[in-house]
Amino acid sequence: MRRGRARAAGIVVLCVAATGGCWRERRDFRGAPAAAARWAPVRVDPLQPGGPLPETAQVGPYESNAWAIAEGQRLYGWYNCSGCHFAGGGGIGPPLMDDEWIYGSDPQNIHATIVEGRPNGMPSFGGHIPDDQIWKITAYVRSLSGLERPDAVPGRTDHLARNSQPQPRPR
Amino acid sequence: MMLQSALDPAGPQSARISHLWWVFLAVCTVVYVLVLVLLFIGVARGRRPSAAPRASEAGLTRAVAAATAATVVTLFVLLAASVATGRAVSEHDDPDPLYIKLTGHQWWWQAQYKDPSPDRQFETANEIHIPVGRPVIFIVGSADVIHSFWVPSLHGKVDLIPTHENTLWLRADRAGTYRGQCAEFCGLQHAHMALLVVAEPPAAFEAWRRDQIAPARAADTPERRHGERLFTSLPCALCHAIRGTPAGGRTAPDLTHIASRLTLAAGTLPNTRGHLAAWIVDPQRIKPGNAMPENLIAAEDLQSLLDYLGGLP
Repeated sequence: MRRGRARAAGIVVLCVAATGGCWRERRDFRGAPAAAARWAPVRVDPLQPGGPLPETAQVGPYESNAWAIAEGQRLYGWYNCSGCHFAGGGGIGPPLMDDEWIYGSDPQNIHATIVEGRPNGMPSFGGHIPDDQIWKITAYVRSLSGLERPDAVPGRTDHLARNSQPQPRPR
Repeated sequence: MMLQSALDPAGPQSARISHLWWVFLAVCTVVYVLVLVLLFIGVARGRRPSAAPRASEAGLTRAVAAATAATVVTLFVLLAASVATGRAVSEHDDPDPLYIKLTGHQWWWQAQYKDPSPDRQFETANEIHIPVGRPVIFIVGSADVIHSFWVPSLHGKVDLIPTHENTLWLRADRAGTYRGQCAEFCGLQHAHMALLVVAEPPAAFEAWRRDQIAPARAADTPERRHGERLFTSLPCALCHAIRGTPAGGRTAPDLTHIASRLTLAAGTLPNTRGHLAAWIVDPQRIKPGNAMPENLIAAEDLQSLLDYLGGLP
């Protein structure tokens, strides 16, 4: 009797734990990403009038979303990011796999870099790539240097060798 | 009328396949009826234990041996018929076939017409025209996952494997529009991955090919010029190509002659101005999960874009 109850409790715990994975692959095909509306300024200068505001959580809409990171990986190839940044190791453009971020590593920073462009070669993609796709690319770029949760980073790519893009490796 | 039936053959291969299907149906029907009759006889006799004299052990052995032999012979006949059909559909002796490279994508078909002369090569999507009476060799592959090319009225299926090329040849002996379908589950929109094969007389095919090889018609009105400018500057041009304009994306269907096609989105919608507008603005409602993003563009800009794309025959 007691063993049966323990087993039932174990099954319940397992089922509840399994629901924890539900959001990992969440797919929203329609609508602008929610966090794009939660705009927080990217502060280039730490000096703020009347003292600094409390830190707002700087998150993109697709953080720790495995599907979005995989989509970002596909778009990284489609939009020829690899043309300059190569497989994340850099070449013509700076590497994306290391810890050095000239314009910041927060999702908002990377999003702004893609949208606005940066001096010496980074084109401004705003309006040319739909915004939610830019957020997906942002999530993938962050995953390249281990800034995304390792359990959300795809373990494989849907695109086999012919079109393969760099596999992010969690640190 | 668009047909998609393996029992309505329009070429020599599909005729052989459908012939084989009827042979299998006939043999299996006879076997099925025979087995049921014997079963009922056995059941009926089992109810009357003393009605018939018991069969001898040797007689039973002979009956089982005969039934086994009949089964083996039947299976070998079917095997021989199947192998003969397989050989017959894979051979052709035409010295001048048409070559088409067909690539499966999630979820559409990319068709590149090959030719020894580079100025006669071109690309289209989701709609393949072939000349009646001339063999067509399909070199098939995939850009992402495994798909399968199946036009039941013309041939059996062949898988499209990433990093690997398969070939298949077929011939249409009867003009018509034949529907094909991806026949290997390939993701969310597998069911919306259809294509049309239009078989037409050689003269009509040559005319179609001449039109397809030509670059896109130049925009000739202010609206259409505005539409072209929008197409090449909006996200459209990052994935789609229109030959003759700066739009040169290689990851989505070539739209150089989009107005000449019968369907949109791989056989999902009829190609009309209204459906095209819906597809441009909100493709994720029509085919959730496909690679085309939503495009929130101003109404008058959308009309110009539709003027432009609708004028690309």
